[in-house]
Amino acid sequence: MANAEIDPMMPRPWVVRRISKETPDTFTLALEPSDGGPSGRGGFQPGQFSMLWVFGVGELPISISGDPAEEGSLTYTVRSVGPATQALVSHGAGQSVGVRGPFGTGWPVAGAEGKDVVVVAGGIGLAPLRPVIYHVLRHRDRFGRLVILYGARSPRDMIYRKELAAWARHKDTQVLSTVDYGGVAWRGRVGVVTSLFKYLRLQPARTTAMLCGPEIMMRLVARELAARGLAAGDVYLSMERNMKCAVGSCGHCQWGPHFICKDGPVFSYAHIAAMLDRYEL
Amino acid sequence: METQTLEKIIAEHPYFAGLEPEYTSLLVGCASNVRFDAGRYLWREGEEANQFYLIREGRVAIEMMPPHRKAIVVETVGEGEILGWSWLLPPYTWRFHARAVEMTRALALDGKCLRNKCEQNHDLGYELLKRFAQIINHRLDATRMQLLDLYGKR
Ligand SMILES: Cc1cc2nc3c(=O)[nH]c(=O)nc-3n(C[C@H](O)[C@H](O)[C@H](O)COP(=O)(O)OP(=O)(O)OC[C@H]3O[C@@H](n4cnc5c(N)ncnc54)[C@H](O)[C@@H]3O)c2cc1C
Repeated sequence: MANAEIDPMMPRPWVVRRISKETPDTFTLALEPSDGGPSGRGGFQPGQFSMLWVFGVGELPISISGDPAEEGSLTYTVRSVGPATQALVSHGAGQSVGVRGPFGTGWPVAGAEGKDVVVVAGGIGLAPLRPVIYHVLRHRDRFGRLVILYGARSPRDMIYRKELAAWARHKDTQVLSTVDYGGVAWRGRVGVVTSLFKYLRLQPARTTAMLCGPEIMMRLVARELAARGLAAGDVYLSMERNMKCAVGSCGHCQWGPHFICKDGPVFSYAHIAAMLDRYEL
Repeated sequence: METQTLEKIIAEHPYFAGLEPEYTSLLVGCASNVRFDAGRYLWREGEEANQFYLIREGRVAIEMMPPHRKAIVVETVGEGEILGWSWLLPPYTWRFHARAVEMTRALALDGKCLRNKCEQNHDLGYELLKRFAQIINHRLDATRMQLLDLYGKR
């Protein structure tokens, strides 16, 4: 990302190499640079995001959801919720997108070495956590157990379903998923994501937890983890509030004393617990 | 299964922890091993509720029939969990359907026998009510969380 380091405000031209459907409203796009510049090889930390410029519509922050070891492209998973995301997921292969970044703090993957890693994701919140999962599985011996808890609204809203099943087959890896509502043909679990904790045996003193999902879900999960003995400093959350400049100058994403774009999006629960509990901040 | 093993399962279950040994033995006396193949209903709405289950393996879906819509699963109950409290509260009929999603093994406890014993021995009744109130409380919390529609919007 040499260019972005020189001028982080200047989008670089990239093209969509591949787009695949995850759910009726969520798509995964692999992008690669079209200006002959560096692809960002080795250039992102799990948890970081890019600013994607959808020509003619606007710019939006999207987390990088691919493998940090992947070379030559960056992968994003986008849920269509409004004009910019709708335009982005409607792109076809070969279409251009402007890319700035990567930006923001990443998940504490280095700090989690030697410990169990518990990943708790809700809905599309699994996207920013997928790079952590790839990283842990690639460097399996550096980490303890990997636990992935995933909640979605219904079976059709679950992303990465095949991969979830594949991850569960790895050594020392436990994958538990649940949906809020299921049809009678659904053979998996039904219940909120916090209901999965009763199936776990956590070792609170040697666990790092990483959470991403809607704020209300993260708040409830963080409380559940605290009740199970995890220190607030071992719990990390990605706060994906909207932003503009992504470099901490415009103030659009100011949240209490923090700028989410540069101090976050990943924060330690120890730093934000009080703010997270205040609903409307 | 031997009585001793049943006793161990019940005594070590988090919901029955701390129960007087004589009450545990009483529960064991009311317990039997059961197995449901995938797809079989443990009960259907409106039927008399005369037992509860301690799930040992498998998964059971609680199904609701919303008006003018297909049946939905509102909750699943799995290994280590307790299923059913309608046996304890009048009118002693099941509210929803319960269906084994996969082959399920459980201890079935005779609720009819237990509620008679609870009427005779209120200490036992109080101990059991306290424990089932906890289960009901957890389910109520979970249901409230479901109402929040946690993932509806980012
Ligand atoms: C750091 C960061 C990382 C993100 N990563 C991803 C990602 O990997 N995949 C993805 O699909 N989205 C991600 N988002 C959210 C994404 O940026 C927004 O959905 C997008 O900007 C919405 O633009 P729009 O024009 O499509 O919709 P808009 O018309 O701007 O919004 C449509 C609706 O979505 C709500 N909304 C918009 N943005 C957010 C948000 N950040 N949080 C909650 N509600 C929001 C709006 O309030 C509105 O109700 C991320 C956001 C941030 C801040």
